[in-house]
Amino acid sequence: MNRRDFMRNVLRGASLIGLGGVLAGVIRKANASNTVWQIDPWKCTQCGRCATECVLELSAVKCVHSFDMCGYCQLCTGYFEPQPNKLNTAAENQLCPTGAIKRQFVEDPYYEYSIDEPLCIGCSKCVKGCTMFGNGSLHLQIRHDRCVNCNECSIARACPADAIHRVPAAQPYHFKSREGHGG
Amino acid sequence: MIFLAAAKFPPPEFSETGHQIPGFVAPAARAASLERLDVAVLVLALGLAAWLALRQRSRRGLVWLGIFSVLYFGFWRKGCICSIGSIQNIALALSDSSYALPVTVIAFGLLPLVVALFFGRVFCSAVCPHGALQDLVLLKPMKVPEWLEHGLRLLAYVYLGLAVIFAATGGGFIICQYDPFVTIFRLSGNTIMVVTGIVLLVLGVFIGRPYCRYLCPYGVLLGLASSVSKWRVQVTPSTCTQCRLCEQACPFTALNPAITAAPVRNVKTDKRRLAALVVLLPVLVATGLWLGGISGTALARKHRIINLAERVHLEESGTVTDTTDASNVFHASGTPPEELFAEARKIQHRYITAGRWAGIWIGLVIGLKLLSLAIRKERPDYEADQTRCVACARCYRYCPEELKRLGLTVPE
Repeated sequence: MNRRDFMRNVLRGASLIGLGGVLAGVIRKANASNTVWQIDPWKCTQCGRCATECVLELSAVKCVHSFDMCGYCQLCTGYFEPQPNKLNTAAENQLCPTGAIKRQFVEDPYYEYSIDEPLCIGCSKCVKGCTMFGNGSLHLQIRHDRCVNCNECSIARACPADAIHRVPAAQPYHFKSREGHGG
Repeated sequence: MIFLAAAKFPPPEFSETGHQIPGFVAPAARAASLERLDVAVLVLALGLAAWLALRQRSRRGLVWLGIFSVLYFGFWRKGCICSIGSIQNIALALSDSSYALPVTVIAFGLLPLVVALFFGRVFCSAVCPHGALQDLVLLKPMKVPEWLEHGLRLLAYVYLGLAVIFAATGGGFIICQYDPFVTIFRLSGNTIMVVTGIVLLVLGVFIGRPYCRYLCPYGVLLGLASSVSKWRVQVTPSTCTQCRLCEQACPFTALNPAITAAPVRNVKTDKRRLAALVVLLPVLVATGLWLGGISGTALARKHRIINLAERVHLEESGTVTDTTDASNVFHASGTPPEELFAEARKIQHRYITAGRWAGIWIGLVIGLKLLSLAIRKERPDYEADQTRCVACARCYRYCPEELKRLGLTVPE
């Protein structure tokens, strides 16, 4: 073995020890399960950046509806424009820019509102209306059939409320519920 | 049922119709088994790349493996998970003990480095989707002058320093934010990065792997590991006959010519230059330390908390009258501004410390680079530069000895 090979062996051994050190430094708190991005709906301020900051053409953030919190109001402030002409499903009365909320009569005087997810762009206009004047049952969530799980979420980077964090992949949602701040 | 959230409108009972309240539809996150599959694919691809590059010496095999990697790690996995980005997660995990690092990320961060210690940069050759993509578009290689090559390659060291500063201080992952090719794998992204990606790919038709050579921060680490690798790319399978046929083979200026006769130089000047550079090294390191501390303060402004603290300070002092979304959230939280300012100062200190370390690193890199350029080397054969070679296997077939080995006719 010549001098050069010997030096290489020594340095390679040192590098392996170094990498082992890094491994030891991170492995203690390593997470066997993966994590995914999710919005804390209680922190969300409905700024509208979710619709524009996602790396996907159509954001991975969608509005979801916690039906058990909903008042089933006839005049839904998440569904209707602030001063609607009539309380019907005509486009000019709707707050949603893409008409992604479906309004369905249940029984007098209750209406059920559900999200047509492919149409939703995650703009949070309905969420704002519902949270300000209603029960706050409409809220935003990152949909994991769409999210590509970027190493650093570009919406999280832009979020003024610091509402987006990584959560365990086994519990990938943070839905609102009637029990309040559910964890 | 306990009502913690005050419902303005009580939920109805539906006594008439007995309507059932629907639940949530929740598409599951990516299964853990698929994450393990990613690691398995990485291990297999690394092994295959090492075998193809060093044992089989097969360019064709590497091209096919490269296409697979672009499809799997690129278009299918949308460029995330990626070894280049993982150094940031590891840096953050080392500095912030509350940050939990998934095992998959550790594997992607460390395995290619371990492999590089034994087989060189085979990860770059055909496993990394960024490298493989650029390798596939390289159709008309042009030589970059050596002086420019030395200079531009330093950029990657600076980029690595910056990326580690930002990651370790919690200021964000700039490698991911400014990744030029991930936009291509996803077929979407912000306009500037889409344009940068396309420009780099078009440039890559003429200049081999511009990202790998001049920017890739992970390539820096792989290059260092590869410089002490046990096995390495050898242009000739037997003995070099100094035929010089391989001289033009490498599009990445990673093939060092043989230096047999020492160039006619004044030994005295050489020694003096060397001495000057040895003295310069600590000066460069000290300058790096100083500049790093200064730039740390400037770089800290990118951090969310520092940004917010500056904004709140402006609002408190009455310099600005309007508020931002972030400052509204802060005011609504009722936290006293002093707490925010104290936290901002703490973060700023972290940046200054990290900036100093990065400055030392950059000073050291420049100093050692100059030193290595001033040291006279002797090399009996044409051989691959261990730090630069990405094991693409292009050079093999330029060697007449290789053609003989394969039983092909040697062109006269």
